[in-house]
Amino acid sequence: MTIGLARTGSGQAPGAASRQRVLRGALPAASLLIVLAAIWYFNPRAISYFGLNLMLNLAIPVALATIAQMCVMATNELDLSIGSFVGFVACVTATYMTSQPLLALLMLAGGILVYMLAAVVVHLRNVPSIVVTLGLSFFWAGLAVLIRPTPGGAAPAFLRDLMRWQPPFVPLPVLLAVLIGVGVHLLLMRSSYGAVLRGVGGNARAVSRAGWSILKAKVAMFALAGVFGILSGLTLVGVSSSADANMATGYTLLSIAGAVIGGAEFIGGRISPIGAVIGALVLQLAASALNFFKVPFLPGGRIPQEWQVGAQGMFLIVILAARVLISKAEK
Amino acid sequence: MSDLALRPPGWKMPNLPVWSWSFLAALLVWVLSFTIAGQGAGGMLVAALSFSAFTVMVGLGQMFVITLGPGNVDLSIPATIGLASAVAMKVMGGQDGMIAVGLLAALGCGLLIGGFNYLLIRLLRIPPIVATLSASLIIQSVGISYGRGLQIKPPPALTDATFARLLGVPVLAIAAIVLSVIAAILLQRTIYGRTVLAAGQNMRAAHFAGLSVERARLLTYILSGGLAALCGALLAGFSGGSSLSMGREYLLSSIAVVVLGGTSVAGGRANVPGLWGGALFLFMVSTLLNTAGFGSGLRDVFTGLIIVAGIAITGTRQALR
Amino acid sequence: MASPQGTAVSLSGVSRSFGAVRALSGVDLAIPEGQCLGLVGHNGAGKSTLMHVLAGTLRPDTGQIALAGEQHDRITVNLAQRLGIRCVFQELSLCPNLTVAENTRILHPSIRGFGWRRKAGRLIAAMLDRIFPGHDISPDAVVADLSIGRRQMVEIARAFTVSQGALRLVILDEPTSSLDATTARQLLDFMRGALKSGVSCVLISHMMGEILNYSDLIAVMKNGQLVASGPVGQFSSESLVELMSGGEHPDRTARQRAARVRAETAISVRAEEPGRGLPFIARQGEVIGLAGLSGHGQTDFLVRVFEAARARHPGLSVSGDVSFVAGDRQADGVFPLWSIADNIGVASLPALRNGLLLSPGKEKDLSDRWGRTMGIKAPSLKDEILSLSGGNQQKALFARALSTRSAVVLMDDPMRGVDINTKLDVYDIIAQEAAGGRTFLWYTTEFEELEYCDRVYVFQNGRIVGELEGEQITEAGVIGSSFKDKEAA
Repeated sequence: MTIGLARTGSGQAPGAASRQRVLRGALPAASLLIVLAAIWYFNPRAISYFGLNLMLNLAIPVALATIAQMCVMATNELDLSIGSFVGFVACVTATYMTSQPLLALLMLAGGILVYMLAAVVVHLRNVPSIVVTLGLSFFWAGLAVLIRPTPGGAAPAFLRDLMRWQPPFVPLPVLLAVLIGVGVHLLLMRSSYGAVLRGVGGNARAVSRAGWSILKAKVAMFALAGVFGILSGLTLVGVSSSADANMATGYTLLSIAGAVIGGAEFIGGRISPIGAVIGALVLQLAASALNFFKVPFLPGGRIPQEWQVGAQGMFLIVILAARVLISKAEK
Repeated sequence: MSDLALRPPGWKMPNLPVWSWSFLAALLVWVLSFTIAGQGAGGMLVAALSFSAFTVMVGLGQMFVITLGPGNVDLSIPATIGLASAVAMKVMGGQDGMIAVGLLAALGCGLLIGGFNYLLIRLLRIPPIVATLSASLIIQSVGISYGRGLQIKPPPALTDATFARLLGVPVLAIAAIVLSVIAAILLQRTIYGRTVLAAGQNMRAAHFAGLSVERARLLTYILSGGLAALCGALLAGFSGGSSLSMGREYLLSSIAVVVLGGTSVAGGRANVPGLWGGALFLFMVSTLLNTAGFGSGLRDVFTGLIIVAGIAITGTRQALR
Repeated sequence: MASPQGTAVSLSGVSRSFGAVRALSGVDLAIPEGQCLGLVGHNGAGKSTLMHVLAGTLRPDTGQIALAGEQHDRITVNLAQRLGIRCVFQELSLCPNLTVAENTRILHPSIRGFGWRRKAGRLIAAMLDRIFPGHDISPDAVVADLSIGRRQMVEIARAFTVSQGALRLVILDEPTSSLDATTARQLLDFMRGALKSGVSCVLISHMMGEILNYSDLIAVMKNGQLVASGPVGQFSSESLVELMSGGEHPDRTARQRAARVRAETAISVRAEEPGRGLPFIARQGEVIGLAGLSGHGQTDFLVRVFEAARARHPGLSVSGDVSFVAGDRQADGVFPLWSIADNIGVASLPALRNGLLLSPGKEKDLSDRWGRTMGIKAPSLKDEILSLSGGNQQKALFARALSTRSAVVLMDDPMRGVDINTKLDVYDIIAQEAAGGRTFLWYTTEFEELEYCDRVYVFQNGRIVGELEGEQITEAGVIGSSFKDKEAA
């Protein structure tokens, strides 16, 4: 963050500003195409029904966690607890959903309630969400360990069946990704209250001057984040068919990275649900793609597995750098 | 210790300074735990001082970063600890003669990471959270690929030093106290420190007062990286070798001790003694829960709740000001 | 509709303080139905505060508000909404991340359900067409992509849109500040038309012509009080200016410019930036005024000079160090957690060291000396800066800038909301320091302060459009220069 020295508005022509926005909006899609092209170049067979199914099998939980993160980011806050929360949900689901469904549902509803309380604390006490959610991340992780001290449990049949379903023509992860992206787009970008919710991130004072409650809007966004966190945990259990308290700790970083790649910004309420889903897919593909890249000068000719995380970090940096270049070129 | 309280000269003294609360809380939990255990008060204190030394070391860096103002936080600390400990162990190679070189190598690695963090913040114009986050993803990978199959024991002299005591006080704790005093002087009596405090209160005003805000930010991220690296190297000596997940708990605890110690999370006000109060308190709480027979799960739940409660309470105080 | 003699809103005994600053004290005001009230006054006179009270965004400390035949202690945002009070604030109230239509929807809770976008889009487009025929704003444009002027047009049009209930009162706070002459006239003509349907308006403007030509009634505010009000016919441009400044004219004989302006003295600031109008020169020991309507690039110019002193800047050269006196104290000046002494010393730190470390003794000496020079009224300089009144905080900021060794002092409209006694103290010190060879670049929105300047540059849309010297420095001279450009455009 640099100091914004000019207080008066930007002198940009409106045309340039919207062109820049279009370019930036196209960035997630462009990066997805580039990654797909790279995978196809090294291993054409991977771009197939089964290849995509395999490479993207974990993309749906990540995409849902990214959507949850994006909901929080829309209110200019950040959720560092989403990874632990998804792990908690997975443990609850794998342990109780089959035997004591009511208890499981109550616990998940409690999760949403805690998210709403967090919004209240953050807003009324005017404290940074990073610290509150970092504290909550320990809270969820601790609960998950209490529920499931050792890895195990079983996915409820309906979740396992859902995640193993093989729809005709389109691989399930792709189908779900489209559904999630479009669904959340309709919910937040096309609904009339969605405009108010996003307005809070853009200019909270203006929204409250029009008579809306900022607190309600923030609580609503955090509750949505809780809901999508739960969906993420459910699908994760469906894919992996058992649970472990630490199974989703990486999701916190991945969700922020995915949302940022998808065009979300930390201040100003700018979000893009479709972009966020694409961001999650890109990160997932970038990690899987490493297996296919042949690099002659490396031992074994392949990029080592441990660079998966690093590749995601670098991908994030490259995308952010591209964004900076776009806005510089337009000036 | 009250002369260390980092209030600008002229701050009105309340009945009790903010940082003393964390000490009182730590004291209370300490008394409670050895009462329950029925023994071991002294041993518990020594252990608390040793473990707190590490927390305070990273907490100092995190405190400077957080004091820079809203949005500033170093999320790359755990990855830095992991990588620096691996570097230290590899360079030392188990030989006593290489300890100094190994420490320097680890330190250098931390300074570089700090510089890299700042570079990302500045060049990509992204919030420090994302910058240190992306950096930590990369550092993790470097750490994994560098430290693969690494099972090098620390040099015996390093291990001995981390357990040594002077007049019953762990040498590590003494070193951390010295570092704390230096940090306090740095913060209050140098232009760099004043710039950090000023920028944390009002970045534009600091710039217009002619202070070099950006240089102070660079130095601060470098400082945080360096302290995390130093902590990593010593931690490897303390725990008999390096491991990449070694730093994991320090992300939360570095932020927690800063918050519990009375440093303003909104920036502009730092508190060195409070770090010690916060660190001792956190250790005592987990000891208490251990003594009472609670597992790690419940310990995490309580730690999380304490942090949320702490920030909610201090938040009110700021709002009342 | 309503009877022509009815009162839309009336305020009685409304007061409001911010800390030690009394922004409104005992204001009585009635706004008749179907009429336009022109509200004038200098910056900080309390006009905007009064309008915030009317719009429900600020709670008055005391006073009564009569609205639709009911008495209220305060108006809430929701009540204002329900009763049809709309306000176009000086700071824009649009969400930049939303489209024009979405911003319209935020003001209309009743627009929802299927097709809400189309409804909101049609509503705002129709109003834009009525007020600003020939505009080029699409309801689907994202506000962040619009120029400041177009945002202002959207905000104005939005204030006049109605979805349910009736519009009672529209407050226009400097609505024409970012509009060009044609659009401004379109707006004001539309407003006159709207009055006929029973809507009342409050028009706040610094342009006396607008007020005199388009209002039915005029109220003049000064230092948080209403100093005059009546039908428009009672006032003239001159009498309004006289009422606004109310005998606070500086002692004109104190001007001793001729003695200080020496053509041969060294140049301390020189600016010849392409596309930014006339060249700018400030000589050692000169007090240079930056005039023009507020927000026309004066602050940006000061910031560029400040940056040019620290790093090379094309077209700008500055000799010697520069210090900055902020006008927006909270945003650019005060360190709220620090004492008065720390706030004073912060710009002089390099000179306050003993070796590597700062010396508490030197810090104390410096702040004591300058606290005394500036006459800061506080029990102790160790007290928190926020315990001071606004005027004394401003003195501390002056002390910060003047205690440095800088050759050039930049002042960003520093007297906003400062009491007259503080002002007079500071004017004297500026004159002394200038006589000692310091150069002052002084952006001010108050005409009287230009009287203290040796020369004045007039800004318009980020460009220097005029240079005035000596007897040319009059309100008419400045206004004349700043509108040359606008008429031509």
